[in-house]
Amino acid sequence: MSRLKAIAPAAALAALATPALADAISGPAAKQAINIPAIAMFVAFVLLTLGITYWAAKQTKSAAQFYSAGGGITGFQNGLAIAGDYMSAASFLGISGLVYTSGYDGLIYSVGFLVGWPIVTFLIAEPLRNLGKFTFADVASFRFGQAPIRVLAACGTLVVVAFYLIAQMVGAGKLIQLLFGLDYWIAVVIVGFLMIIYVTFGGMVATTWVQIIKAILLLAGASFMALMVLVKFGFSLDSLFKASIAIHPKKEAIMAPGGLVSNPVSAVSLGLALMFGTAGLPHILMRFFTVADAKAARKSVFYATGFIGYFYILTFIIGFGAIALVATNPDYLTDAAKGLSAIRGGSNMAAIHLSDAVGGHLFLGFISAVAFATILAVVSGLTLSGASAVSHDLYATVIKGGKANEQDEIRVSKITTVVLGIIAIGLGIKFENSNVAFMVGLAFAIAASCNFPVLLMSLMWKGMTTKGAVIGGFLGLISAALGVVFSPAVWEAVLGNAKGSAPFPYSNPALFSMTIAFVGIWIFSKLDNSARAKLDREGFDPQFVRSQTGIGASGASAH
Amino acid sequence: MKSWEEIERNPKFVELVQARKSLGWTLSIITLIVYFGFILLIAFDPKLLGAKIGSGVMTLGMPVGLIVIIVTFLLVGIYVRKANATYDELTRQIVEESK
Repeated sequence: MSRLKAIAPAAALAALATPALADAISGPAAKQAINIPAIAMFVAFVLLTLGITYWAAKQTKSAAQFYSAGGGITGFQNGLAIAGDYMSAASFLGISGLVYTSGYDGLIYSVGFLVGWPIVTFLIAEPLRNLGKFTFADVASFRFGQAPIRVLAACGTLVVVAFYLIAQMVGAGKLIQLLFGLDYWIAVVIVGFLMIIYVTFGGMVATTWVQIIKAILLLAGASFMALMVLVKFGFSLDSLFKASIAIHPKKEAIMAPGGLVSNPVSAVSLGLALMFGTAGLPHILMRFFTVADAKAARKSVFYATGFIGYFYILTFIIGFGAIALVATNPDYLTDAAKGLSAIRGGSNMAAIHLSDAVGGHLFLGFISAVAFATILAVVSGLTLSGASAVSHDLYATVIKGGKANEQDEIRVSKITTVVLGIIAIGLGIKFENSNVAFMVGLAFAIAASCNFPVLLMSLMWKGMTTKGAVIGGFLGLISAALGVVFSPAVWEAVLGNAKGSAPFPYSNPALFSMTIAFVGIWIFSKLDNSARAKLDREGFDPQFVRSQTGIGASGASAH
Repeated sequence: MKSWEEIERNPKFVELVQARKSLGWTLSIITLIVYFGFILLIAFDPKLLGAKIGSGVMTLGMPVGLIVIIVTFLLVGIYVRKANATYDELTRQIVEESK
């Protein structure tokens, strides 16, 4: 029974996404009347961000600027940029969509995405800033054999980036499809193409500024939406909830935790993934290198946590608002008789429809444009971190032994960006019907099982050796990736195998794969008596002094 | 420039490390307790969070979720406040003395 229950959430997501919504998306209904004000707003926004990219491209000359904006971003700016990275399609479209379909369960994701931040602040942010330069692998490999750890970190980064990209591509594709009436695959190709332009030309300077501007606009837009929802219900949450319960097919169940995490193993596993995944996300960790010192790093997380927490409270109201205001309006449904589940464009579009319901066409254009810019910026940040892993960790350090020419390094990273863009397009098309918040949950599981254990142990545990880190890290990475592929959500819903045939019964692998990673690191470090291991352990104290004080750290470079 | 061994023996360095360790881990453990308390409640007793409070349809889970979000932010705030008050000055002195 518990096995069945574990499958239920993913199956429910899949069922929700498959027949009814597939009709909704591919049918003629999707190609509705073109909404001119919304499109004008949208195009203006994309042009603005392209302008920023052009401006940034002129400023980006050195590798330091390309990867880390030269370390010249302030704590407050970086806080906004981190919040921008985090308020991705998954948070905005995905969580409001989850609240729309499952009610209270959406809040579990919000809380989980947020609680990773204190852990990052308390244990990782400052040593990370003091030890690193461009990528988190700089830190993880500080006292170890460079090549093996860099290869591990690059693999961990690329797998996380790939899964995270899927969620963003799906969100963006759906959005463009809905707004312009294009086919889904064309929409995904456009997103991929724009993303390649942003990253190859602008680098970190452009990505950071697009994030900052977008974070402000998204916070403003979401605040307005939540406010309008509250106004419609006379500022009474109770009447909002009452109206939602009356409409939602699950009735009062939407007010309590339900199908999404119905068994303890899945609940704890998801909880672990969400909490510790944050501390292993390469594009988030990279943000700490854009500020001048540990103090600024600390400050930026404080601002980021505030913005993100506030934003998640808004998405919760937005999700319920969508139940009450979108699911009741036949304009937003493909089949009014089917009600809530027949939402045009799928549940990921709940917030977008709500913006039209509370603010009209122009506001719809604004929210769509901001959501799209959000996705582009997040995708760019992700791609940039993936590209850095290949160019800085694999190419410059492993292949060229640290003697790569800076211009070559940037060139490699741009080529990687193009390749990643193409992969992202392919995956985006394949995963069309997944809930984006759920997909991000899986990306978090992988980050929590490979990047995070290696990073944390390298900072905290003197006994860790190169061999232990590499074996433990790869065990965590492989077990997490297998757990994801064999989970019901991917094995059955995406790869089309029979229902109930998934070899791994739980909806998230983190509980198992994190344990495997930590135990693996511990055992193989303990067993390691090589000469390298001696060096690794001796390297801890000098690393520790620098991680605590920042003496010898790479500072903010001059502009 | 002093060697790392000398810096490591600097009492101020020891003080910084101690302060950071105790504050960081204490707050981390509080975060873990609050969050996994919430998750385990969802896992083992979802009915409790679904219990009605007040006269309307509001359930206990709503304020609990909100409180977890607010507590998270406050914990980070406490850390930043304490860290700003002590770490930076200590660090500055250590860096100064190691020159």
